[in-house]
Amino acid sequence: MTIKVRYFASLKEMLGRGADEVDATDIMTAGGVWHSANPNRPLPENTLIAVNMTYVTLHAHVKDGDEVAFFPPVTGG
Amino acid sequence: MTIKITTADFDPWQEIQSYQHNSAIAGKFGATSIFVGTMRDFNQGDEVQAMHLEHYPGMTEKQLELIVDDASRKWAVIDALVVHKVGDIFPNQPIVLVAVWTTHRGDAFDASRYIMEALKSTAPFWKKEYLAMEKTRWVAENTDGYQSI
Repeated sequence: MTIKVRYFASLKEMLGRGADEVDATDIMTAGGVWHSANPNRPLPENTLIAVNMTYVTLHAHVKDGDEVAFFPPVTGG
Repeated sequence: MTIKITTADFDPWQEIQSYQHNSAIAGKFGATSIFVGTMRDFNQGDEVQAMHLEHYPGMTEKQLELIVDDASRKWAVIDALVVHKVGDIFPNQPIVLVAVWTTHRGDAFDASRYIMEALKSTAPFWKKEYLAMEKTRWVAENTDGYQSI
């Protein structure tokens, strides 16, 4: 019963790791996943969130087996 | 529609020629719009020696497919090719290619502009710049493509 958490770019560097696993609970949001994985660190402003590789908001529901990614504004192209 | 993410260097002109030659669109299109993004050797007043392009494998392709599908719903796109480099890149090397084939020029210009702007703001790529004196910095955000100087 776990949720895979991934971090990219400057956020990955700031945290010193690229991934986490958190226990899935019955009612969990993307924001809740961040707080479970980083209890003492507020989510940096402008952070983008994706669940299973689709953009979501902080309040999006997350379930067992989902992959939740947090990353800074994108800068490709 | 083809999306390619590559760690290898690529030649955008060769990509277009070979795509156009090998696809079934020959004789069908009257307009081709091409955008090529190339690495500059300066940014925000500093000399940039190299860049590293990180991405989110899987989501990058998914997001680019969404963007091209959106563009195809908005305009009469016959075919589109998007190529984006990841990994290490040096000044004067191409970073991105967006090519769009349509019947008439309006759709080609508009769809390629749309794809490029959406890529810049939603495709999960991140640039890290390597400056002089071994300094590095992440590019914080992309500039607005519609803003005039």
